[in-house]
Amino acid sequence: MRYLFLPLLMVLIFGTSALAADVSAQAAPGGPNAVAAAAAKAPPGLAASPQAPAAAAAKAQAPAPAPGGKKMQTNRTFTISMFLLIIAATAGIVVWASKSTTTASDYYAAGGGISGIQNGWAIAGDFLSAATFLGITGLMSLFGPDGFMYSVGIIISFLTILLIIAEPCRNAGKYTLGDILAFRSSSRVVRAVAALSAVVVSIFYLLGQMVGAGKLMQLLLGIPYKVSIIGVGALIIVYVALGGMKATTWVQIIKAALLMFTGVVLSVGILWKSGFSLFAFFDSVATSPQIQDHVRGVMKHPVAQPGFDYGQRFLELGLFFKNPLDQVSLGLAWILGAAGLPHVMMRFFTVPNAKEARKSVVASMFLIGLFLIMVSFLGFGAALYVTPQKIMALDKGGNMAGLMIAQYIGGGAGTVTGDLLLAFVCAVAFATILAVVSGLVLASSAAIAHDLYVNVIKKGKADQGTQIKVARVASFFVGAIAIVLGIACENLNIAQLVGLALAVVASANFPVLIFALFWKRFNSAGIIAGLVVGTVVTIGILMVSPNMTYPKKVAADAQKVVLALEKKQSEAGGLSAVELKTLEKAKSDYVLNKEGTSLVGLDAPLFPLKNPGILSVPIGFFVTIAATFLFRNRREEEMFEELFVRQTTGYGMAKAAKH
Amino acid sequence: MVEKEIDWAAIASHPKFVELHQAKMRFLVGLWVFGATSYFLLLVGAISFPDLFNARIMGRLNFGYLFCLFQFVLAWAIAIIYTRKSNREFDPLTTELVEMILKEECQ
Repeated sequence: MRYLFLPLLMVLIFGTSALAADVSAQAAPGGPNAVAAAAAKAPPGLAASPQAPAAAAAKAQAPAPAPGGKKMQTNRTFTISMFLLIIAATAGIVVWASKSTTTASDYYAAGGGISGIQNGWAIAGDFLSAATFLGITGLMSLFGPDGFMYSVGIIISFLTILLIIAEPCRNAGKYTLGDILAFRSSSRVVRAVAALSAVVVSIFYLLGQMVGAGKLMQLLLGIPYKVSIIGVGALIIVYVALGGMKATTWVQIIKAALLMFTGVVLSVGILWKSGFSLFAFFDSVATSPQIQDHVRGVMKHPVAQPGFDYGQRFLELGLFFKNPLDQVSLGLAWILGAAGLPHVMMRFFTVPNAKEARKSVVASMFLIGLFLIMVSFLGFGAALYVTPQKIMALDKGGNMAGLMIAQYIGGGAGTVTGDLLLAFVCAVAFATILAVVSGLVLASSAAIAHDLYVNVIKKGKADQGTQIKVARVASFFVGAIAIVLGIACENLNIAQLVGLALAVVASANFPVLIFALFWKRFNSAGIIAGLVVGTVVTIGILMVSPNMTYPKKVAADAQKVVLALEKKQSEAGGLSAVELKTLEKAKSDYVLNKEGTSLVGLDAPLFPLKNPGILSVPIGFFVTIAATFLFRNRREEEMFEELFVRQTTGYGMAKAAKH
Repeated sequence: MVEKEIDWAAIASHPKFVELHQAKMRFLVGLWVFGATSYFLLLVGAISFPDLFNARIMGRLNFGYLFCLFQFVLAWAIAIIYTRKSNREFDPLTTELVEMILKEECQ
């Protein structure tokens, strides 16, 4: 038992120190400020896509968001019954799956008995998080097709998974990334570093989802944030600990099917409203006076410029994204990062062979692509029928747009069908969060139990019963940590962590994985250096990037508000109560922030871009290569041929499974 | 099953295996580079070349939006091309080759 505490301790230290750093980043300047508050207000955790809604929220921060009060009008009976239905259905799956989970292979990889098509649905489930659904719909409803570019990032990231990662991983691995990295090296340090890296990445990713779940439940059901987090966390612990990979997979499949169904119903509803003519639909989007008005606001044109087609501008790219370099950075994070996410990689070990792995990626590409295209209709539809103004009134980041359009399509608030459809979509969003978090908890617990406990501490000698027991205990602790951190991070800009997870994977895990599979000279030194330096550098760059809070900038912005309002006060001879409140707030913000510096003591960001990828990815590759050359290891080079032949041919897989 | 020592190096260095592997890599990397390039063209072009990307093609739909849609079609096309090529060419050839090399080794 005492061996259990070591991995647990490591996770705790690693996880909390990284987070504590970020918490103080927001807290240090002396209380919450407008930016942080606005960003935290939007359920940014819903954003699996890096930074989307949080950035939208930060962008829309100008006047501090109206405090509380505004809630989505829901029918609680419908919503709660739908939630209970989802919980009952998923719990049923878990009980069924737990009966057939007796070996470690059952627990981590569903015994390799998932078919390609089933796995395809499950992969789609992993990628279609609540963020994709709610976050991208929201972004598109406020900024037009720029949100669509996130969707393109997701579908393109699958090219890397399909062409480079899926089959070799299936052929060479067993349960985790650590299996592939440690194939050639007997170094226990490699295993330990790989496991820690998987846990850190998964926890970053997971936190975004947890906080999103908490906010969603708070907004929809009026359940207090803490209670929601504990409830969701407890459910997930039970699911993962009992059901393992089999339950997680089936929960993913069902949730993906529900999500696809939702997408079809809503897009057909939207098209139906416009007489099933796409051209008429886009025409009405471009001619909507509310949308035109909104675009004028986004472009900061106080008076409409004559002859400028604001409606058409809504259909053009570049309303949200402004900087091409930032775009490339983001693109790198997607195209390289998504392929190395531990919970996605794990999915390839659930199918019997490489051919099924390939089939599963192709199936998921079609499912995800179709869904993302439907989401783009939802986004435009929400802009047209709900209007950007109403969407922003409820949530600055637009995260409620998807739910609002559902209510509208059903017939509007207060109607039975409207409330029913809204309740259904809410429940689907909830199922999505449950499923994605389960996958992440499973990936972390596999890294702890399989890599750290079985292979590092027990040196690969542990019987099946012990392995499963350890895995269950590990998932319990990971779940508990997720709850604790989820509560601690309520007011954090969480989307940042999700973006960070992708950037870390692209800069650290991806180079290491690629070299391990394809480069003969590659060795343990390269793995350790690549993972450690890649992760640290990415986090480091993020610390000095515009994502952190810079109090002097906050103070300057507050001062602008003060000046503008005071000018108005003296000219108009008075201010409304709301404006007076804003003035008070801006004044105190100014005083609190004017002397402050960011977490690392900076007045302004050193690195100009929001996404560290463009710098951290090359550094990650460089360090990995340099360390490999510096510490040459002949024995590992000799082992390459076996790994190479296996990963390309799938030959000797039976032996690999006993490895 | 009797564990037979497999001479991995013999397979890995067999000229036919090397040749097949190189052909496969050229094909895969080629597709990947093509897809990735078009993606980065979209990301950069959307901001750097507004005139082209905002040009209206069909009704209200502009080049940028259609380019986004095209990325989906492209990704699907690559998926289909790869699957066909693997199922018809790479997979059978690889299995055949490995069996052959192992037989040669035994003799």
